[in-house]
Formats: sequence, structure tokens, C-alpha cells
Amino acid sequence: MSLLEINNLYKSFGGLGAVINFNFSIQPRELTGLIGPNGAGKTTVFNLITGVYKPDKGEILFQGQNIAGLSPHTICQKGIARTFQNIRLFKDLSVIDNVKIAFHKNISYNLASTLIRLPAFFKGEEAIESKAMEYLNIFKLEHKRDEIASNLPYGEQRRLEIARALATQPKLLILDEPAAGMNPQETKELMELIEWVREKFELSILLIEHDMSLVMGVCERLYVLDYGQVIAEGLPEEIRNNKKVIEAYLGEEVGEC
Amino acid sequence: MQEKSKSWLKFLSEVILLVLLFTLVQYALSAGLVNQSYQITLTSMCINVILAVSLNLINGFTGQLSLGHAGFMAVGAYASVIITNFMDLPFIIGILGGCLAAGIAGFVVGVPTLRLKGDYLAIATLAFGEIIRVVLQNIDYVNGPAGIVGITKLTTWSWLYWAAILTILVIVNLMNSSYGRAIVSIREDEVASELMGINTTGYKVLAFVIGAMFAGLAGVLYAHYFYIIKPETFNFLKSFDMLVMVVLGGLGSTTGAVIAAIFITFLTLALQKYAAMRMVIYSLILIIVMIYRPQGLMGTKELSRKTFARIWGGKK
Repeated sequence: MSLLEINNLYKSFGGLGAVINFNFSIQPRELTGLIGPNGAGKTTVFNLITGVYKPDKGEILFQGQNIAGLSPHTICQKGIARTFQNIRLFKDLSVIDNVKIAFHKNISYNLASTLIRLPAFFKGEEAIESKAMEYLNIFKLEHKRDEIASNLPYGEQRRLEIARALATQPKLLILDEPAAGMNPQETKELMELIEWVREKFELSILLIEHDMSLVMGVCERLYVLDYGQVIAEGLPEEIRNNKKVIEAYLGEEVGEC
Repeated sequence: MQEKSKSWLKFLSEVILLVLLFTLVQYALSAGLVNQSYQITLTSMCINVILAVSLNLINGFTGQLSLGHAGFMAVGAYASVIITNFMDLPFIIGILGGCLAAGIAGFVVGVPTLRLKGDYLAIATLAFGEIIRVVLQNIDYVNGPAGIVGITKLTTWSWLYWAAILTILVIVNLMNSSYGRAIVSIREDEVASELMGINTTGYKVLAFVIGAMFAGLAGVLYAHYFYIIKPETFNFLKSFDMLVMVVLGGLGSTTGAVIAAIFITFLTLALQKYAAMRMVIYSLILIIVMIYRPQGLMGTKELSRKTFARIWGGKK
């Protein structure tokens, strides 16, 4: 069974069809890429999957269950986590607090034990602290634990955002342009990190990316979106030589006009 | 183990300090060392601390601009007076009833309005505060605009002091927990918070209800100290006063809210002699603070044991 299966998804803004009859599936532990020119509707698809937008039509089956139209926090609790195209950290909070917030959905103590400080509270806080440190260690951010998130360099902010998303313990991780604004060296490191994360956490990853070397390098399967429609899908090699894709990115050949 | 006993020792010393402060004032009051005017200031101070700290939970930590805090104070005040004066029930039931009524009002107001953001929410809560006032003006059972006169004076220094401490304790404990982090994450970035699995609407309502309950508590104490309550007392200027304290202290700092509440209470007292100039001086101070310290006196910083350790123990 597919981890995520999308059937005939449709979303329009006013009269503009942003996503038209989108069909998609991702298997457990698969690394899939979603590419397309600017304005093709990639981020809209992400927003539909994570519940930020409500689809007009179609169904989104996550582990066989329709999640279309559910609120974002419910979808996250079911096991889908994401990062953002323009980083959305909790800017004025410390690095470790950013990660700790992601653990809140599995909180082990209740409000009453918080207010009167029962032993359950201290035990729960200790567990959260040590788990958060684990994630910071993985992303080499442990020495910045008390730094304010907005003071981190750009690359580290990206890493922190991925750490925070992973801390919600998702089955599907969605990365919206993770390499945006990174130099080739950072991009290469990120590629390795993404592959490693998938192995370590045994999850599926879906990513949007403009950096072709990253997409072709790590993704096992690709979907190409243009004007809200899937124009091609398949292995990276197939996509590379697909005529429609080349047209979408580079324009049509003069002779065909 | 040693660390544990040490933190217990610190905790104990704090409790002793608080009790000492309480007894000191209590002694001064019973010995007649404090005149009427200072007694009133002391009362307003505690009430203002409760109001500022609870409003700070909504405006500062949750980041939802609410201008209807006086409305919840009114609900608490009226509910408790009905319980103690009309029904002749004990004060403690009046306090609990007042808090409960204000909490319910907070829930009823919060659920529809907290969908709104920023200035829209401010206008909606402002309107709700005014609705509560106008409704009270038109209920004959509570004497309409004339208000209720001759309320038994039940608020004592011990109620005031411990109510203020309780408010601070509850909100500090709440904020230093996973629930508190969830609440602050809403202020930082609501979309990201929602996508991290946090039920943002739920926590906004939670913060709003807790804030409203403490506003109700302040209302109860107010009503049972000043003999008289009128709907006019709880107009939007009162909400505005509270907002000023919160902004002055620093949005998102309980310490700041406490300091600002105490400061403003004393300022009001000091300016009583210059009634005509009072609002001018008051506004000037605010303008100066906002120009030179726009984040408020404390920003989002808190005073804690660590801070004291730094001040007295050198660096760390």
C-alpha cells in the first residue's frame, strides 16, 4: 500500500486552477521529488497535503485514510511534517526550544501537573530535553542550543528547520526547497544529510527543489508539474530526456511554432 | 542528590521571603502604621498586578491583542457580588464563582473572536468588553447604571497578596512548560506552530480563558474592597490602562508586567495632587519609554534565580 496516495486533487484560486487533477503516490521509505517551473503549483500541492489549504475536489489518502480538509495540526499528528520555502522558525526562541515545541504533540504530562509541578512534569520535561538534544546532535547544532534561532547562519537555520520537522516523528517528511540559497558545498552536504535521514528514521521524503543536481542526485522518482498539471513522472533519467519537460523549462523549439 | 536538596533549599528560602514580606505588611496594617490612602494604593497595586500579569498571558505570550480585559473583570465582580451580597454565601464561593463566570465569558468570547488576527481581534474584543458593560447597565437586578452600593468589605490584605502570588505562580508555571512553549510558538509563527502539530485555536482559547479567569479574580477583590461597583468603572479605558502596563513592562515578560503594574500604581498616587496635569505626565512617560525602549522595560526577559546568581555571584 502506498504511504500517500492523491487522487484527482483540484484547487483553484478565483478562476485560476492552481492544481488540476493531480495524481500522485509515494511508497514507504521512498524519496520522491516534485519539480516544475516557477508558479507551476508545487508549493500549493504541499499546502494541500499539509492542510494549509483545503482542496476543492479530490482525495488525499495517508495510510489509507482520507486526510483532505483536516486541520494542519491533525495532519501533523497523523505523521506528516514539513519545512518551508522561506524558513519559518520560531525566530525569537532558542534553538532547543524550537525543537522542543515539536515534541508537544506527544506530551506526557497534563496541564494540572504542570501548574502544581507534580513529578510527572519533571520527568516529562527531562525526557523532552534529552530527546531534543538527540536531534540537535544529529544536526550538529548542540553547541548552539541556547542561541536565538534568528541569530543562526542561514545554512544552520535550514538544518534546524529539518530537525524540528523530524522531531514531530513523521512518517512522511516534506521539504520545500531545502537547498534554496545554499552554495554548492552546502547543497552537497544537505543531499547526504537527506539520504542519511531517510535511512536512519525510515521515512518517506517528498521534496521540491530547483537545484537540478540535487534532485537528480537523490530522488528515486520525479514528478514534473507545469500549470498545475503533472506533465511527466518517472525515474530521473527518463525525466531528463522527456521532451515535454524540456519544453516546460526551456520553452518550445522554434521549428514547432 | 545534593543538587536536589539545594533546589529545595532555594525554594524554601523563597517561600520564607514571601511569607516575611506578607507578615511585615500585615503587621504594619494591624499596627495602624499605614494610612487610608496607602492602604488603597496597596490594594490597587495587587489588583493591577493580577490584571497586568493575566493580560500579559494573552497579549504578550500568546500574541493575541485583546482589549476587553475590563469586561472580564466586570463579569467577575458582578458574579461574586451576586453570590456574596444577594445570596449571602461565603466569600470563597464568591471568589470561585467570579473566576468561573469570567472564565466562561472568556470562553464564549474567545471561541468566535480568536479566529481573527491582529487589529481585527483587538476591535472584536474591545466591542465585547463594551457589550458586557452595556448589558450590565441594562439589567435591573444589578441596578443598571447606578451599580451596586454597599458591598460588604471582605477583601483583606491576605486575600490580595496571596491572590497576586497565585496569579504569578500559575502563569510562570504554565509558561515554563511544554504548554507554555506551545503558547509562545503561536506568537512566533502561527502557521509553523499549527504545522508542528499544535492545536493553535485550542491553546489560544486556553490562554484567553485563563487570562479571563484571573481578570475575574481581580474584579472580585476590587468589588469587595471599594464598596461600590458600576458598569462605568469597567469601560474600555480600564482595559486600556491594563494594556499600558503590559506594554510598558514588555510584552511577554511576567516580571515586566509586575514591575509596570507597581510602577503605574505609584505613579497614579504621586500624580493625584496634580489632577489636571496627571494624564499629560502619564502620557509623556509612556512616550519617552516607547521612544527609548520600545520593547518595554523588560523586553521578553524574566527575572529568575539565575539572574540573581549572576548579579551577586559574579559571572556564573
